[in-house]
Amino acid sequence: MTATKFVGESPTRIDGLDKITGAANYVDDLSFGPNLLHAEVVESPYAHALIKSIDTSAAEKVPGVVRVVTGREFPHRFGLYMRDRFIFPTDRVRFVGEQVAAVVARDAKTAKRAAKLVKIVYEELEPVLDLAGALRDNPTLVHPDLGKYPRCPWFFPQAGTNIAHWRKTRKGDIAQGFKEADVILEDTYTVPRYAHCAIEPHVIVGLCDLAGRLTLWSASQSPFTQRHVFAQALAPLGLSHKDIRVVTPYVGGGFGGKAGVSMEIIGAALAMMVKGHPVKVRWSRAQEFYNTYQRQGVIARIKLGAKKDGTITAIEHTLHWDAGGYVEYGANVVNAVGFSATGPYRVPNVKIDSVCVYTNLPPGGPYRGFGYSEFHFGLESHITRIAKKIGMDPVEFRRKNAIREGDTLAYGAEMNASGLHEAIDKVAAEIGWGRKEVSKDPNRVIGKGFACFWKSPAMPPNAASSAFIKFNEDGSLNICASGMEIGQGYFTVMAQIAAEILTVPVSKIRMEAPDTDRNAYEWQTVGSHVTWGCGNAVKAAALDVRSKMFEVVERALGLSRDTLYVEDEKVKCRARADFELPFRDFVISGIQTEHGNFIGGPILGSGVFMPEFTSAVSDPETSQGGHPNVHYTVGAAAAIVELDKQTGRMRVLKAVLAVDAGKAIHPELVKGQIVGGMLQGLATVLYEDIRYSLKGKLLNANFTDYKIPTSMDLPGEIVPIIVEVPQPDGPFGARGVAEHTMIPAAAIIANAVDDAVGLRLKSLPITAEKVALELQGIAYDDVKGAYMGLCFAGHLDKYDFHTKAAKK
Amino acid sequence: MNKQITLTINGEARAVEVGPTDILLDVLREKLGIKSPKIGCERGDCGACTVLLDGKSVRSCLILAIEADGHKITTLEGLSRNGLTPLQESFLKHSSFQCGFCAPGIVLSATELLAKHPHPSEEEIKESISGNLCRCTGYKPIIEAIAAVSNARRKSV
Repeated sequence: MTATKFVGESPTRIDGLDKITGAANYVDDLSFGPNLLHAEVVESPYAHALIKSIDTSAAEKVPGVVRVVTGREFPHRFGLYMRDRFIFPTDRVRFVGEQVAAVVARDAKTAKRAAKLVKIVYEELEPVLDLAGALRDNPTLVHPDLGKYPRCPWFFPQAGTNIAHWRKTRKGDIAQGFKEADVILEDTYTVPRYAHCAIEPHVIVGLCDLAGRLTLWSASQSPFTQRHVFAQALAPLGLSHKDIRVVTPYVGGGFGGKAGVSMEIIGAALAMMVKGHPVKVRWSRAQEFYNTYQRQGVIARIKLGAKKDGTITAIEHTLHWDAGGYVEYGANVVNAVGFSATGPYRVPNVKIDSVCVYTNLPPGGPYRGFGYSEFHFGLESHITRIAKKIGMDPVEFRRKNAIREGDTLAYGAEMNASGLHEAIDKVAAEIGWGRKEVSKDPNRVIGKGFACFWKSPAMPPNAASSAFIKFNEDGSLNICASGMEIGQGYFTVMAQIAAEILTVPVSKIRMEAPDTDRNAYEWQTVGSHVTWGCGNAVKAAALDVRSKMFEVVERALGLSRDTLYVEDEKVKCRARADFELPFRDFVISGIQTEHGNFIGGPILGSGVFMPEFTSAVSDPETSQGGHPNVHYTVGAAAAIVELDKQTGRMRVLKAVLAVDAGKAIHPELVKGQIVGGMLQGLATVLYEDIRYSLKGKLLNANFTDYKIPTSMDLPGEIVPIIVEVPQPDGPFGARGVAEHTMIPAAAIIANAVDDAVGLRLKSLPITAEKVALELQGIAYDDVKGAYMGLCFAGHLDKYDFHTKAAKK
Repeated sequence: MNKQITLTINGEARAVEVGPTDILLDVLREKLGIKSPKIGCERGDCGACTVLLDGKSVRSCLILAIEADGHKITTLEGLSRNGLTPLQESFLKHSSFQCGFCAPGIVLSATELLAKHPHPSEEEIKESISGNLCRCTGYKPIIEAIAAVSNARRKSV
């Protein structure tokens, strides 16, 4: 690859100044004047109930109340991949906190007061709160109409059950695979739900003006997808895509929680009811926890076979997901795992069942890692265990089985270029693998844990990116694309890509957050795909700009475009060494000829990227025949954990993570993703501990009781390592890395705890309390009390994976 | 009953009418147009609403506006009136923030720290921002940027 000047450097973030001066505007910072209305939703107190009547009359009489809205006005379903929700339900509620009505008032306090006066009569139904209840014989059905919902063609709901989707992947001969194994290990793992905890709560302001134009200012990762979902849901009101504009300023953290459409649909609907007035819906921190998306809980059974020499012969991986009351997005998480739950290994014989199950808990959905963090906990625990069982070093076992370019994936396609072996070796060296460490404190022991990881973006096969680039008079550039700067550094990376092609320095490039009227289309900023997908579109747009500059120079000055090139913001010519034309001299006003006229004009470029090689069409019984994933990003990680045998308290002395970025366009930003993602991942293992009452109410919907890490909770050291095996179809070889950095966190801790004290914990989180109890021989399941933390209320080992519903 | 109070905000005396239960954060944002203090949790957990009250960091979501009558308030907008502070320069150079939502609070907490302790230890730095939650960065580039200001000062003495 030729040397690059801007790509591979780490320039100052182009959004940096906005953020350290207070100039950065987030949705709630925008001013809408004294006509702004405020909305408060009326929430279901029940996890599962029929709505018998709604009386809004008392609320409507409160002075300052402008409108009370219920599902009567909006009998329309919405949803990204499956339309299984109403904007406001009229027949039944499916989780505690679900919106049933909204009060729109002149001020927020009045809206809140009036919302309490909306009288809703419910008939309580038996709630489905865990997976055993959802999959038992003759269960209560969360969605009796499941078979009728419009959905994407790659979802397979099982009408008459609580199974919303079932992804089956079959490769080779599973029975033969286990027959060839010398050792077979089978066990169950479970991971509870988690909350995203972006510091900015969801907020949307909607304005439908008196001419019928609907504008939404939304804290979102997905402006164009939101516009599309809004247009689908509001089509019965006569709106089409051109009537809807979504503006997304800076967003204060997403982590998947602001992907797709969750509470934002309420803002769009209410705006239609109070035309001419902007109306704001802002979620409280508690609503942020229970009425956006949560990471789904999962219980997983893994059966793994290996030969004595360490070769994996077969894997059977069954995952039951607690997907909540609505799965319009969450079922796609389940789908993604169904293709990839082998982990980054060569496995000749594969049977994966990834089953999406409705429950009466808050809706599941995308969360950084998109299901991969969840299944890697069990799988990477299991890999270490089977290696030990055959007497092989767990790192050596991984090295032996690690997937390589060209290997056949579980769904039949070929593995992309991969630096997995390099990542394994570098992490093992950095963590001092094989070197036992001893604590100075006799009460403490030190253990090391290792894991590999992989992840692919989960995208529909037609998830496209595009970009416009336009010059300004002084030769500076604006890039108008619609990825979101959610903190990962997207603006800066896109600017580096354009800079590399056009030689315009990053400091002369401006990127603004999207506005669907003005910026080019982007599917969504999810799946760690924008560096790759949108980066390709920006690169194409920059090449288009360059070719248009050459075309103008050729027409105006008669220099053949084949002889032209760009350098230092000038067009130069290989045939004429003395020729150089600064961009600023012609990119707006054109080039004056000897006749006095001007040739050219404002230079505008556009670029499009579509992953044309992908396909979601495959055999539903085996998943063979399609190409659902564009590529995988791989890596490895390890931790050194010091554990206090008396209190169970764990301190991460060192964590190391290596990820194959293909090409790190901005190495400092990649390292920032590794450090931030690793801490987020460690928090899901060590502190974050979600709890529901036995009525399905979330009990710790705040930062006092749901602990996310502070600056005092850092590991002793986090060492980021970048591996670069280029992705052939990535911009300058790049592929995404952002989600991946939290995926191995749970397994490296679980493996380190086992290494330290011989305790194998099979459920998350791994809190000090749990470790201390287990070290004293007390099973956590016996003493966990009357709170639901997990997606299965009973003992892990007693979960039945083969009920009638789950047996098909 | 509403009352007129006077706040010296970022060096400018501003009079504003507030109710007895009005929260300082809401008054700053909605009545005075100062938008850098953010609403993250409204119960003192996250620190996104941090402002300096007479030089001390406080959570403006936990203070009644009326309690601030006659006091000096500094928000992020007030720091760079004469150009970026060395601390802001350091945050910029270290790419300390990702989404940036916690930045207004953290910049002020760190400003308070360096005013009190020009050369804090790493533990003091961590403690000074321990009331400001950041979900993106893992805090490391924030801590490094604060330490770099302290080290630069030491060199220049």
